Amino acid sequence: MTPDAVAYVRLGVFMFWTVLFTLAALVMARLLRRNRPNPVKLSTYESGLVTRGETWVRFKTSYYLYALAFVIFDLETLFLYPWAVAFRRLGGFAAWEALLFVVTLLLGLGYAWREGALEWK
Amino acid sequence: MPAGWPRVILYASLASLVVLGLVSGIVLFLVYLERRVLGRLQARIGPNRVGPWGLLQTTADALKLLTKEDIVPAEADRILFVLAPLVVFFGAAMAFAVVPAGPRLVLVDLGVGVLFVVGMGSLAMLGYLMAGWASHSKYSLLGGMRAVAQLVSYELPLTLALLGVVILSGSLAATRIVEVQRHGWFILLQPLGFFIYFTAGLAEINRSPFDLPEGESELVGGYHTEYSGMRWALFFLAEYAGVFSLSALAATLYLGGWLGPWLPGPVWLLLKTFALVFAIIWLRGTWLRPRLDQLLSFSWKFLLPLSLVNLAFTAAEVYFLRWLGVA
Repeated sequence: MTPDAVAYVRLGVFMFWTVLFTLAALVMARLLRRNRPNPVKLSTYESGLVTRGETWVRFKTSYYLYALAFVIFDLETLFLYPWAVAFRRLGGFAAWEALLFVVTLLLGLGYAWREGALEWK
Repeated sequence: MPAGWPRVILYASLASLVVLGLVSGIVLFLVYLERRVLGRLQARIGPNRVGPWGLLQTTADALKLLTKEDIVPAEADRILFVLAPLVVFFGAAMAFAVVPAGPRLVLVDLGVGVLFVVGMGSLAMLGYLMAGWASHSKYSLLGGMRAVAQLVSYELPLTLALLGVVILSGSLAATRIVEVQRHGWFILLQPLGFFIYFTAGLAEINRSPFDLPEGESELVGGYHTEYSGMRWALFFLAEYAGVFSLSALAATLYLGGWLGPWLPGPVWLLLKTFALVFAIIWLRGTWLRPRLDQLLSFSWKFLLPLSLVNLAFTAAEVYFLRWLGVA
Protein backbone atom coordinates (compact mmCIF):
# COMPACT_ATOMS: atom_id res chain seq x y z
CA MET A 1 0.00 0.00 0.00
CA THR A 2 1.78 3.10 -1.17
CA PRO A 3 0.46 6.43 0.21
CA ASP A 4 -0.59 7.41 -3.31
CA ALA A 5 -2.64 4.25 -3.79
CA VAL A 6 -4.37 4.85 -0.46
CA ALA A 7 -5.14 8.45 -1.46
CA TYR A 8 -6.74 7.40 -4.75
CA VAL A 9 -8.77 4.63 -3.13
CA ARG A 10 -10.04 7.14 -0.55
CA LEU A 11 -10.92 9.51 -3.37
CA GLY A 12 -12.80 6.75 -5.16
CA VAL A 13 -14.73 5.96 -1.99
CA PHE A 14 -15.67 9.64 -1.60
CA MET A 15 -16.84 9.77 -5.23
CA PHE A 16 -18.96 6.66 -4.66
CA TRP A 17 -20.66 8.12 -1.57
CA THR A 18 -21.23 11.47 -3.27
CA VAL A 19 -23.10 9.79 -6.12
CA LEU A 20 -25.04 7.63 -3.68
CA PHE A 21 -25.89 10.72 -1.59
CA THR A 22 -27.43 12.54 -4.56
CA LEU A 23 -29.28 9.43 -5.73
CA ALA A 24 -30.65 8.90 -2.21
CA ALA A 25 -31.94 12.49 -2.15
CA LEU A 26 -33.70 11.98 -5.51
CA VAL A 27 -35.19 8.61 -4.51
CA MET A 28 -36.43 10.05 -1.22
CA ALA A 29 -38.08 12.93 -3.07
CA ARG A 30 -39.67 10.45 -5.48
CA LEU A 31 -41.25 8.54 -2.58
CA LEU A 32 -42.53 11.67 -0.86
CA ARG A 33 -43.77 13.88 -3.67
CA ARG A 34 -47.06 13.82 -5.51
CA ASN A 35 -47.07 13.26 -9.23
CA ARG A 36 -50.02 14.51 -11.28
CA PRO A 37 -48.73 15.62 -14.64
CA ASN A 38 -50.94 17.18 -17.30
CA PRO A 39 -50.08 18.48 -20.78
CA VAL A 40 -50.05 22.14 -19.73
CA LYS A 41 -47.81 21.46 -16.76
CA LEU A 42 -45.38 19.57 -18.96
CA SER A 43 -45.22 22.23 -21.65
CA THR A 44 -42.10 24.34 -22.09
CA TYR A 45 -42.05 27.44 -19.89
CA GLU A 46 -41.59 30.60 -21.86
CA SER A 47 -43.25 33.16 -19.61
CA GLY A 48 -46.75 31.91 -20.37
CA LEU A 49 -46.53 32.20 -24.15
CA VAL A 50 -46.70 29.23 -26.46
CA THR A 51 -43.17 28.43 -27.60
CA ARG A 52 -42.44 29.43 -31.20
CA GLY A 53 -39.80 28.30 -33.65
CA GLU A 54 -36.83 25.99 -33.25
CA THR A 55 -35.12 25.76 -29.87
CA TRP A 56 -32.27 23.40 -30.66
CA VAL A 57 -30.64 25.74 -33.16
CA ARG A 58 -27.02 26.06 -34.23
CA PHE A 59 -25.38 28.62 -32.01
CA LYS A 60 -23.28 31.53 -33.19
CA THR A 61 -19.78 31.12 -34.54
CA SER A 62 -18.00 33.42 -32.08
CA TYR A 63 -18.34 30.45 -29.79
CA TYR A 64 -15.97 28.48 -31.95
CA LEU A 65 -13.28 31.16 -31.76
CA TYR A 66 -13.51 31.36 -27.98
CA ALA A 67 -13.31 27.60 -27.74
CA LEU A 68 -10.20 27.52 -29.95
CA ALA A 69 -8.46 30.20 -27.89
CA PHE A 70 -9.46 28.35 -24.74
CA VAL A 71 -7.99 25.03 -25.86
CA ILE A 72 -4.68 26.68 -26.76
CA PHE A 73 -4.31 28.51 -23.48
CA ASP A 74 -5.55 25.62 -21.37
CA LEU A 75 -2.91 23.34 -22.86
CA GLU A 76 -0.31 26.00 -22.22
CA THR A 77 -1.31 26.19 -18.58
CA LEU A 78 -1.07 22.43 -18.23
CA PHE A 79 2.48 22.53 -19.61
CA LEU A 80 3.37 25.21 -17.08
CA TYR A 81 2.22 23.20 -14.04
CA PRO A 82 5.13 20.72 -13.93
CA TRP A 83 7.47 23.62 -14.58
CA ALA A 84 5.97 25.55 -11.64
CA VAL A 85 6.31 22.60 -9.24
CA ALA A 86 10.00 22.20 -10.10
CA PHE A 87 10.75 25.91 -10.50
CA ARG A 88 12.85 26.32 -7.34
CA ARG A 89 15.03 23.32 -8.20
CA LEU A 90 15.55 24.34 -11.82
CA GLY A 91 18.23 26.80 -12.88
CA GLY A 92 17.82 30.21 -14.45
CA PHE A 93 17.72 28.63 -17.91
CA ALA A 94 14.30 27.07 -17.22
CA ALA A 95 12.95 30.47 -16.17
CA TRP A 96 14.05 32.05 -19.47
CA GLU A 97 12.65 29.13 -21.42
CA ALA A 98 9.25 29.49 -19.76
CA LEU A 99 9.35 33.23 -20.37
CA LEU A 100 9.95 32.60 -24.06
CA PHE A 101 7.04 30.13 -24.07
CA VAL A 102 4.68 32.58 -22.37
CA VAL A 103 5.74 35.48 -24.61
CA THR A 104 5.05 33.38 -27.71
CA LEU A 105 1.55 32.74 -26.43
CA LEU A 106 1.07 36.39 -25.55
CA LEU A 107 1.87 37.17 -29.18
CA GLY A 108 -0.84 34.67 -30.13
CA LEU A 109 -3.30 36.35 -27.79
CA GLY A 110 -2.37 39.71 -29.29
CA TYR A 111 -3.01 38.34 -32.76
CA ALA A 112 -6.41 36.92 -31.78
CA TRP A 113 -7.23 40.25 -30.15
CA ARG A 114 -6.26 42.25 -33.26
CA GLU A 115 -8.19 39.92 -35.57
CA GLY A 116 -11.29 40.48 -33.45
CA ALA A 117 -11.64 36.87 -32.27
CA LEU A 118 -12.22 38.13 -28.73
CA GLU A 119 -15.23 40.27 -29.66
CA TRP A 120 -18.63 38.96 -28.67
CA LYS A 121 -20.89 39.93 -31.54
CA MET B 1 -6.28 -7.27 -2.37
CA PRO B 2 -3.95 -6.93 0.67
CA ALA B 3 -5.38 -7.20 4.18
CA GLY B 4 -5.28 -3.48 4.98
CA TRP B 5 -7.74 -2.43 2.28
CA PRO B 6 -11.09 -3.09 3.99
CA ARG B 7 -9.94 -0.86 6.84
CA VAL B 8 -8.94 1.90 4.43
CA ILE B 9 -12.29 1.68 2.68
CA LEU B 10 -14.25 1.63 5.95
CA TYR B 11 -12.44 4.70 7.33
CA ALA B 12 -12.75 6.52 4.03
CA SER B 13 -16.50 5.76 3.95
CA LEU B 14 -16.99 7.13 7.45
CA ALA B 15 -14.96 10.24 6.64
CA SER B 16 -16.86 10.73 3.36
CA LEU B 17 -20.22 10.56 5.12
CA VAL B 18 -19.05 13.04 7.75
CA VAL B 19 -17.85 15.44 5.03
CA LEU B 20 -21.09 15.11 3.02
CA GLY B 21 -23.14 15.67 6.18
CA LEU B 22 -21.08 18.71 7.10
CA VAL B 23 -21.38 20.12 3.59
CA SER B 24 -25.18 19.76 3.60
CA GLY B 25 -25.43 21.33 7.05
CA ILE B 26 -23.15 24.21 6.09
CA VAL B 27 -25.09 24.82 2.87
CA LEU B 28 -28.35 25.11 4.81
CA PHE B 29 -26.66 27.58 7.15
CA LEU B 30 -25.11 29.51 4.24
CA VAL B 31 -28.47 30.05 2.55
CA TYR B 32 -29.84 31.36 5.85
CA LEU B 33 -26.78 33.58 6.35
CA GLU B 34 -27.04 34.97 2.85
CA ARG B 35 -30.72 35.83 3.24
CA ARG B 36 -30.08 37.54 6.56
CA VAL B 37 -27.04 39.50 5.36
CA LEU B 38 -28.76 40.50 2.12
CA GLY B 39 -31.71 41.62 4.20
CA ARG B 40 -29.44 43.87 6.26
CA LEU B 41 -27.78 45.24 3.13
CA GLN B 42 -31.19 46.10 1.69
CA ALA B 43 -32.40 47.68 4.95
CA ARG B 44 -34.89 44.94 5.79
CA ILE B 45 -34.85 42.13 8.32
CA GLY B 46 -34.79 38.86 6.38
CA PRO B 47 -36.25 35.51 7.55
CA ASN B 48 -36.80 35.51 11.33
CA ARG B 49 -39.94 33.45 11.95
CA VAL B 50 -39.08 29.74 11.74
CA GLY B 51 -37.05 28.68 14.80
CA PRO B 52 -34.81 30.98 16.87
CA TRP B 53 -33.72 33.98 14.72
CA GLY B 54 -35.23 32.19 11.74
CA LEU B 55 -32.45 29.57 11.84
CA LEU B 56 -34.76 26.75 10.75
CA GLN B 57 -36.09 28.63 7.72
CA THR B 58 -33.83 26.85 5.22
CA THR B 59 -34.50 23.46 6.80
CA ALA B 60 -38.19 24.08 6.25
CA ASP B 61 -37.46 25.12 2.66
CA ALA B 62 -35.48 21.92 2.07
CA LEU B 63 -38.35 19.81 3.40
CA LYS B 64 -40.76 21.64 1.12
CA LEU B 65 -38.54 21.01 -1.89
CA LEU B 66 -38.37 17.32 -1.01
CA THR B 67 -42.14 16.98 -1.28
CA LYS B 68 -42.60 19.26 -4.29
CA GLU B 69 -43.82 17.83 -7.57
CA ASP B 70 -41.05 17.16 -10.04
CA ILE B 71 -41.67 18.19 -13.63
CA VAL B 72 -39.77 16.94 -16.64
CA PRO B 73 -41.02 18.91 -19.66
CA ALA B 74 -42.57 16.74 -22.36
CA GLU B 75 -40.18 18.03 -25.03
CA ALA B 76 -37.02 17.71 -22.93
CA ASP B 77 -34.21 15.26 -23.61
CA ARG B 78 -35.04 13.09 -20.63
CA ILE B 79 -31.72 11.35 -19.98
CA LEU B 80 -29.59 14.52 -20.14
CA PHE B 81 -32.22 16.41 -18.15
CA VAL B 82 -32.08 13.91 -15.30
CA LEU B 83 -28.30 13.55 -15.40
CA ALA B 84 -27.40 17.28 -15.41
CA PRO B 85 -28.02 18.11 -11.71
CA LEU B 86 -26.05 15.02 -10.68
CA VAL B 87 -23.04 16.14 -12.73
CA VAL B 88 -23.19 19.68 -11.36
CA PHE B 89 -23.43 18.53 -7.76
CA PHE B 90 -20.68 15.95 -8.21
CA GLY B 91 -18.28 18.60 -9.51
CA ALA B 92 -19.11 20.95 -6.66
CA ALA B 93 -18.72 18.31 -3.95
CA MET B 94 -15.35 17.00 -5.12
CA ALA B 95 -13.49 20.15 -4.03
CA PHE B 96 -14.16 19.21 -0.41
CA ALA B 97 -12.09 16.04 -0.77
CA VAL B 98 -8.80 17.93 -0.77
CA VAL B 99 -9.38 20.92 1.56
CA PRO B 100 -7.35 20.25 4.73
CA ALA B 101 -8.68 21.36 8.12
CA GLY B 102 -5.45 20.30 9.84
CA PRO B 103 -2.11 18.61 9.10
CA ARG B 104 -3.76 15.17 9.06
CA LEU B 105 -7.39 16.26 9.01
CA VAL B 106 -8.08 15.90 5.30
CA LEU B 107 -10.21 13.44 3.37
CA VAL B 108 -7.67 12.80 0.62
CA ASP B 109 -4.15 14.21 0.81
CA LEU B 110 -3.86 14.15 -2.95
CA GLY B 111 -0.44 14.86 -4.48
CA VAL B 112 -2.08 16.74 -7.36
CA GLY B 113 -4.69 18.46 -5.15
CA VAL B 114 -4.74 21.87 -6.84
CA LEU B 115 -4.96 20.41 -10.34
CA PHE B 116 -7.75 18.06 -9.22
CA VAL B 117 -9.79 20.96 -7.86
CA VAL B 118 -9.39 22.92 -11.08
CA GLY B 119 -10.47 19.93 -13.15
CA MET B 120 -13.51 19.17 -11.03
CA GLY B 121 -14.45 22.85 -11.04
CA SER B 122 -14.84 22.79 -14.79
CA LEU B 123 -16.95 19.63 -14.65
CA ALA B 124 -19.87 21.81 -13.58
CA MET B 125 -19.72 23.54 -16.96
CA LEU B 126 -20.65 20.26 -18.62
CA GLY B 127 -23.63 19.93 -16.30
CA TYR B 128 -24.85 23.46 -17.05
CA LEU B 129 -24.62 22.84 -20.77
CA MET B 130 -26.47 19.53 -20.39
CA ALA B 131 -29.22 21.21 -18.37
CA GLY B 132 -29.52 24.12 -20.77
CA TRP B 133 -29.64 21.97 -23.87
CA ALA B 134 -31.84 19.18 -22.51
CA SER B 135 -34.57 21.51 -21.21
CA HIS B 136 -35.65 22.43 -24.75
CA SER B 137 -36.48 25.95 -23.63
CA LYS B 138 -34.98 29.11 -25.06
CA TYR B 139 -34.19 30.61 -21.67
CA SER B 140 -32.41 27.43 -20.62
CA LEU B 141 -30.45 27.19 -23.84
CA LEU B 142 -29.23 30.77 -23.55
CA GLY B 143 -28.33 30.23 -19.91
CA GLY B 144 -26.40 27.06 -20.68
CA MET B 145 -24.53 28.68 -23.56
CA ARG B 146 -23.66 31.68 -21.41
CA ALA B 147 -22.40 29.35 -18.69
CA VAL B 148 -20.03 27.66 -21.13
CA ALA B 149 -18.71 30.93 -22.59
CA GLN B 150 -18.16 32.31 -19.10
CA LEU B 151 -16.56 29.24 -17.58
CA VAL B 152 -14.28 28.70 -20.54
CA SER B 153 -13.10 32.31 -20.33
CA TYR B 154 -12.55 32.46 -16.58
CA GLU B 155 -10.92 29.08 -16.16
CA LEU B 156 -7.73 30.36 -17.79
CA PRO B 157 -6.98 33.23 -15.38
CA LEU B 158 -7.98 30.96 -12.50
CA THR B 159 -5.54 28.19 -13.41
CA LEU B 160 -2.79 30.67 -14.25
CA ALA B 161 -3.24 32.54 -10.96
CA LEU B 162 -2.83 29.29 -9.03
CA LEU B 163 0.54 28.76 -10.72
CA GLY B 164 1.93 31.52 -8.50
CA VAL B 165 1.06 29.53 -5.39
CA VAL B 166 2.52 26.38 -6.92
CA ILE B 167 5.81 28.12 -7.74
CA LEU B 168 6.17 29.52 -4.22
CA SER B 169 5.36 26.25 -2.47
CA GLY B 170 6.87 23.85 -5.00
CA SER B 171 3.94 21.47 -4.57
CA LEU B 172 0.38 20.79 -5.70
CA ALA B 173 -0.70 19.15 -2.43
CA ALA B 174 -2.96 21.37 -0.29
CA THR B 175 -1.41 20.25 3.04
CA ARG B 176 2.08 21.09 1.83
CA ILE B 177 0.95 24.49 0.52
CA VAL B 178 -0.45 25.36 3.95
CA GLU B 179 2.71 24.16 5.75
CA VAL B 180 4.87 26.43 3.59
CA GLN B 181 2.72 29.39 4.66
CA ARG B 182 3.98 29.05 8.24
CA HIS B 183 6.54 31.74 7.26
CA GLY B 184 3.93 34.10 5.84
CA TRP B 185 0.57 33.90 4.12
CA PHE B 186 0.69 33.77 0.35
CA ILE B 187 -1.69 36.69 0.02
CA LEU B 188 1.27 38.88 1.10
CA LEU B 189 3.44 37.51 -1.70
CA GLN B 190 0.57 37.09 -4.18
CA PRO B 191 -1.85 39.99 -3.80
CA LEU B 192 -2.46 40.00 -7.56
CA GLY B 193 -2.84 36.23 -7.64
CA PHE B 194 -5.41 36.32 -4.86
CA PHE B 195 -7.41 39.01 -6.63
CA ILE B 196 -7.41 37.06 -9.91
CA TYR B 197 -8.20 33.74 -8.24
CA PHE B 198 -11.09 35.17 -6.24
CA THR B 199 -12.61 37.08 -9.17
CA ALA B 200 -12.31 34.19 -11.61
CA GLY B 201 -13.55 31.82 -8.90
CA LEU B 202 -16.72 33.88 -8.51
CA ALA B 203 -17.28 33.52 -12.25
CA GLU B 204 -16.64 29.76 -12.06
CA ILE B 205 -19.38 29.27 -9.49
CA ASN B 206 -21.78 31.69 -11.24
CA ARG B 207 -22.04 34.07 -8.33
CA SER B 208 -22.98 37.69 -8.80
CA PRO B 209 -21.73 39.89 -10.27
CA PHE B 210 -21.02 36.96 -12.62
CA ASP B 211 -24.43 35.27 -12.43
CA LEU B 212 -25.32 35.77 -16.10
CA PRO B 213 -26.13 32.10 -16.75
CA GLU B 214 -29.03 32.51 -14.32
CA GLY B 215 -29.75 36.22 -14.78
CA GLU B 216 -33.32 36.07 -13.45
CA SER B 217 -34.28 39.48 -14.76
CA GLU B 218 -33.66 38.38 -18.37
CA LEU B 219 -33.58 34.56 -18.47
CA VAL B 220 -36.07 33.65 -15.68
CA GLY B 221 -33.66 31.12 -14.17
CA GLY B 222 -31.28 30.43 -17.03
CA TYR B 223 -30.21 26.79 -17.29
CA HIS B 224 -32.46 25.73 -14.39
CA THR B 225 -35.66 27.41 -15.63
CA GLU B 226 -37.40 24.08 -16.24
CA TYR B 227 -36.23 22.35 -13.07
CA SER B 228 -38.31 21.90 -9.94
CA GLY B 229 -38.34 19.96 -6.70
CA MET B 230 -35.31 17.96 -5.67
CA ARG B 231 -33.52 18.32 -9.01
CA TRP B 232 -33.65 22.08 -8.66
CA ALA B 233 -32.51 21.70 -5.04
CA LEU B 234 -29.40 19.86 -6.27
CA PHE B 235 -28.46 22.85 -8.46
CA PHE B 236 -29.01 25.10 -5.47
CA LEU B 237 -26.99 22.83 -3.19
CA ALA B 238 -24.18 22.81 -5.74
CA GLU B 239 -24.15 26.60 -5.98
CA TYR B 240 -23.80 27.11 -2.25
CA ALA B 241 -21.35 24.24 -1.91
CA GLY B 242 -19.39 26.14 -4.58
CA VAL B 243 -19.47 29.35 -2.53
CA PHE B 244 -18.15 27.46 0.46
CA SER B 245 -15.48 25.51 -1.40
CA LEU B 246 -14.22 28.61 -3.22
CA SER B 247 -13.87 30.42 0.11
CA ALA B 248 -12.29 27.42 1.82
CA LEU B 249 -9.81 26.97 -1.03
CA ALA B 250 -8.93 30.66 -1.13
CA ALA B 251 -8.39 30.50 2.64
CA THR B 252 -6.21 27.40 2.24
CA LEU B 253 -4.11 28.61 -0.66
CA TYR B 254 -3.71 32.28 0.23
CA LEU B 255 -4.70 32.87 3.87
CA GLY B 256 -2.74 30.11 5.59
CA GLY B 257 -5.57 27.56 5.91
CA TRP B 258 -5.68 26.03 9.38
CA LEU B 259 -2.65 28.00 10.64
CA GLY B 260 -3.19 30.47 13.47
CA PRO B 261 -2.44 30.95 17.15
CA TRP B 262 -4.42 29.75 20.22
CA LEU B 263 -7.50 28.32 18.48
CA PRO B 264 -7.53 24.80 16.95
CA GLY B 265 -6.92 24.48 13.18
CA PRO B 266 -10.47 23.73 11.95
CA VAL B 267 -11.77 26.81 13.81
CA TRP B 268 -9.21 29.02 12.05
CA LEU B 269 -10.12 27.55 8.69
CA LEU B 270 -13.83 28.15 9.33
CA LEU B 271 -13.21 31.73 10.51
CA LYS B 272 -11.19 32.60 7.41
CA THR B 273 -13.67 30.82 5.16
CA PHE B 274 -16.66 32.63 6.59
CA ALA B 275 -14.90 35.97 6.29
CA LEU B 276 -14.62 35.29 2.55
CA VAL B 277 -18.20 33.97 2.36
CA PHE B 278 -19.35 37.23 3.90
CA ALA B 279 -17.39 39.15 1.27
CA ILE B 280 -19.10 37.13 -1.48
CA ILE B 281 -22.56 37.90 -0.07
CA TRP B 282 -21.60 41.55 0.29
CA LEU B 283 -20.56 41.63 -3.38
CA ARG B 284 -23.92 40.19 -4.36
CA GLY B 285 -25.70 42.88 -2.38
CA THR B 286 -23.78 45.78 -3.89
CA TRP B 287 -22.63 44.96 -7.45
CA LEU B 288 -24.45 45.22 -10.74
CA ARG B 289 -24.51 42.46 -13.31
CA PRO B 290 -22.39 43.33 -16.39
CA ARG B 291 -23.37 42.62 -20.00
CA LEU B 292 -22.13 39.34 -21.46
CA ASP B 293 -19.64 40.95 -23.86
CA GLN B 294 -18.26 43.13 -21.05
CA LEU B 295 -17.91 40.03 -18.91
CA LEU B 296 -15.97 38.12 -21.56
CA SER B 297 -13.75 41.10 -22.43
CA PHE B 298 -12.89 41.53 -18.77
CA SER B 299 -11.51 38.01 -18.65
CA TRP B 300 -9.70 37.85 -22.01
CA LYS B 301 -8.41 41.40 -22.18
CA PHE B 302 -7.70 42.13 -18.53
CA LEU B 303 -7.53 39.08 -16.24
CA LEU B 304 -5.68 36.79 -18.64
CA PRO B 305 -2.80 39.20 -19.43
CA LEU B 306 -2.73 40.16 -15.75
CA SER B 307 -2.35 36.53 -14.68
CA LEU B 308 0.58 36.11 -17.07
CA VAL B 309 2.16 39.23 -15.55
CA ASN B 310 1.56 37.70 -12.14
CA LEU B 311 3.42 34.58 -13.28
CA ALA B 312 6.49 36.58 -14.34
CA PHE B 313 6.21 38.62 -11.13
CA THR B 314 6.21 35.44 -9.03
CA ALA B 315 9.26 34.05 -10.81
CA ALA B 316 11.10 37.33 -10.18
CA GLU B 317 9.91 37.23 -6.59
CA VAL B 318 11.50 33.82 -6.01
CA TYR B 319 14.85 35.14 -7.22
CA PHE B 320 14.49 38.27 -5.11
CA LEU B 321 13.71 36.23 -1.97
CA ARG B 322 16.69 34.00 -2.70
CA TRP B 323 18.88 37.09 -3.10
CA LEU B 324 17.63 38.35 0.28
CA GLY B 325 18.43 34.93 1.68
CA VAL B 326 14.92 34.35 3.08
CA ALA B 327 13.84 31.36 1.03
